Amino acid sequence: MDIELLRNNFRKFDKLGLDMETTALKDREDQIHIKGETPLNIVCNKDSLAGAVSQRACVFCGSRVVLYPIADALHLVHGPIGCAVYTWDIRGALSSGAELHRLSFSTDLQEIDVIFGGEKKLRKALIELIDRHGPKAAFVYSTCIVGIIGDDLDAVCRTVEQEKGIPVIPVKSEGFKGNKRAGYQAACDAMARLIGTGDTSDISRFSLNILGDFNLAGEIWMIRDYYERMGIQVVANITGDGRVDDIRRAHGASLNVVQCSGSTMHLANMIEERYGVPSMRVSYFGIEDMSEALYDIARFFRKQFPDDPEAGAIMERTRELVREEVQALVPQLKKYRKALAGKKAAIYVGGSFKAFSLVKAFRLVDMRVVLVGSQTGTKEDYEELEAITDPGTIIVDDSNPLELTSFLKEKSVDVFVGGVKERPIAYKLGIGFCDHNHERKEALAGFAGMLNFAREVYSSVMSPVWRFVPRK
Amino acid sequence: MTKNRPNYVSTTNACKLCKPLGACLAFKGIEGTVPFLHGSQGCATYMRRYIISHYNEPVDIASSSLSEKHAVYGGGPNLKTGLTNVTEKYRPRMIGIATTCLTETIGDDVSMYLDQYQKENRKNKEMPDFVNVSTPSYSGTHMEGFHEAVYQVVSQRAAGGSATRTINLLPGFVSSADYRWLMEVMADFGLDCTMLPDLSATMDGPALLEYEKVPTGGTPLAAIKAMGRSRATIEFGRTVADHESAGAVLAEKFEVGNYRLGLPIGIEETDRFFNLLCELSGRDIPEKYEGERGRLVDAYVDGHKYIFGKKAIVYGEEDLVVGISAFLAEIGIFPVLCASGGTSGRLGKSIVEVTGDILATQPEIHEGMDFFDIAEMAEALEPDLIVGHSKGYPLARKMNIPLIRVGFPIHDRVGGQRVLHLGYNGAQQLFDTITNAVIAQKQADSSVGYSYM
Repeated sequence: MDIELLRNNFRKFDKLGLDMETTALKDREDQIHIKGETPLNIVCNKDSLAGAVSQRACVFCGSRVVLYPIADALHLVHGPIGCAVYTWDIRGALSSGAELHRLSFSTDLQEIDVIFGGEKKLRKALIELIDRHGPKAAFVYSTCIVGIIGDDLDAVCRTVEQEKGIPVIPVKSEGFKGNKRAGYQAACDAMARLIGTGDTSDISRFSLNILGDFNLAGEIWMIRDYYERMGIQVVANITGDGRVDDIRRAHGASLNVVQCSGSTMHLANMIEERYGVPSMRVSYFGIEDMSEALYDIARFFRKQFPDDPEAGAIMERTRELVREEVQALVPQLKKYRKALAGKKAAIYVGGSFKAFSLVKAFRLVDMRVVLVGSQTGTKEDYEELEAITDPGTIIVDDSNPLELTSFLKEKSVDVFVGGVKERPIAYKLGIGFCDHNHERKEALAGFAGMLNFAREVYSSVMSPVWRFVPRK
Repeated sequence: MTKNRPNYVSTTNACKLCKPLGACLAFKGIEGTVPFLHGSQGCATYMRRYIISHYNEPVDIASSSLSEKHAVYGGGPNLKTGLTNVTEKYRPRMIGIATTCLTETIGDDVSMYLDQYQKENRKNKEMPDFVNVSTPSYSGTHMEGFHEAVYQVVSQRAAGGSATRTINLLPGFVSSADYRWLMEVMADFGLDCTMLPDLSATMDGPALLEYEKVPTGGTPLAAIKAMGRSRATIEFGRTVADHESAGAVLAEKFEVGNYRLGLPIGIEETDRFFNLLCELSGRDIPEKYEGERGRLVDAYVDGHKYIFGKKAIVYGEEDLVVGISAFLAEIGIFPVLCASGGTSGRLGKSIVEVTGDILATQPEIHEGMDFFDIAEMAEALEPDLIVGHSKGYPLARKMNIPLIRVGFPIHDRVGGQRVLHLGYNGAQQLFDTITNAVIAQKQADSSVGYSYM
């Protein structure tokens, strides 16, 4: 770390009035930035510091998150019981049919398997489960220990695939081989083996795949409904309410629309390289970003097929849709906006693309974002956050409970948006909370989602219970 | 007793958790202690999430965050860096280090690393104490992890010396309300007590003005050190293996007499506990508890007809299953299936011990079960209710029968840490909950819908 950067870092902490020693470990200083203090020079995508109680997970977690909602596939975790049991039905990813994804399958490796290898057990377990459930495909996740004992997952999967006649795909998700991001990549690599194997003959030129929406609380159904109202065919949901057969023919769509780009952009890039399907990054969160997403897609088709009158009709229907939705939404938002005006919000989420939308959504209800951070943001992501936040906002990469609490207190935040690990931090300090993670049961995407979000924030911030907490 | 036992290679919806999680929970009940997992980052994060969802309390578990190169060259350097960082940041009194399947398999010698680390840092006066426990998740469940951690804490920290009047209490893994209740009982008997661990305050604390890096409460370290000088140990857990028994260590090393009891759930098991306390304290049962017991018997009588002959499936940690089965048997509910993911080899024998003189036939009792096995057996058993943690909800929903939530985890209700299982009052709450659930089911299923009983 050079002297200038060090001085800047000290200055930003002096300014915050925080105690350097207790707040940030020295090695983490360059992962914290305060807008307006210094030029952005945040360091990110580095391994979590040992002993820092990172809010991050592991490679396996990243893969599991992405593939989890594929509802008619078998998801078998090859390893000791922990990895499977901690990911059993913990996410609100809904399915309109098969619900195989909600079961937790494990080879539950024992000491003897660790000594003599787990391949035989894996093979038997796979055959047993495929026979029992008749899945359309099987994903076999490797865990830390499999990486160490050296089970040949590829070989086992290959033979079972031949025997059972369904795709049996190894997911290289050994926990220690990187962070959650590496897990996203492993999941995308696994899905890439499915894509290109299905029939695409009945796919319209006005078609797309939805990438990076996990159908939490039925969100992908809303989004699909928008596309269908625009006159666009949705080929594959990747992965919310996902189906193996749809994913197999995803290469037949004209466009990949990517939300939560951290998790599935890698797949979109692969599809583009192999099949020439272009992609576009969107966010379905908040009125502005939701509308912009639909317009971007309509514009894409108009540009792609300028001579097709249907492209113009899509644009017309899009305008109509947005007008309708916004008109219905805005009057209902007023009450919340009035009550929440001037309140302060903090955001700490997994992916930073979600953070962008949240910053805008809070602005829509007239709230101020004073802290924003993510587990896995990239340099470019933090640059964008820097651009859209107010001066004085703390921007942080891969934070931890102690850091977060000191920021929350310092900024006297009214509501904190995060996941289940952030919730008790907020509550212990008597601060409101809004769950914006994979366990949520409220749809927060789409136009209706904006209203739900406002209601969620409102029902925490406006609760009378805060009058009893020591903070007030 | 083992007829109809399903036998599959794969595990579906496990009825157990992994070993390091249990160790972390035990460490959370020790004064000023930060649990530290030596492994990859995901383990700590998953377990934190899992524990938080039950307790709704901050749960900081540090990790050595091993990456690929550490897995190849050994995790020692990261372990040491992690310990330094946790020490600097949390200023803990103790760090409880548990291994994971990764570090066990690459063969990291944590004891050796710790020795080195302590030598390297000899001059640092801020150094906390350390305890380490080996918890590979491929052998045993979270309960073995929990007991191992308590065992190691006692083995590594307790010392001998002049005898005291203190009673050691090793309750195993119970709710925060249970730990609170136990301390109250010991005080009411006038017994000085060291309870290890103690999650009453650390995992059920008040709203705060200042965030506590390490929550207040837990078994005092000084008291742990003095456990070798106590006059007796009471250890709950009929299924705890002898080699995991912290009470046995204290007996062996310091000749502290160990009294092994089951979890005091229901009247009979609670009576056994109270009889022992009378003996150790030389006092009669305090009036307060006589009153509680009397009211409980009265409640049993008032409600007995609504539940008599009902059939229940019980699952979860082995010792909890033993206690709940004892309780169900004494109120006239037949536990048709007692299941656990654990494999102590002692479940069947323990349940027979506590239900044998009440139940005419023995229930199906099975170790090493998962929820697929339980569901498969459930059909034929035609249960009226299910008693266990919240992961049995899909089964209860499918069968349209009530789930009585006990133990850990309770992820679909608030207040899991405040469920009282132990003692006469715990039995009172369980009895009311169960009886009302049965009545509610009958009321809901009725075409008449009486508004009186």
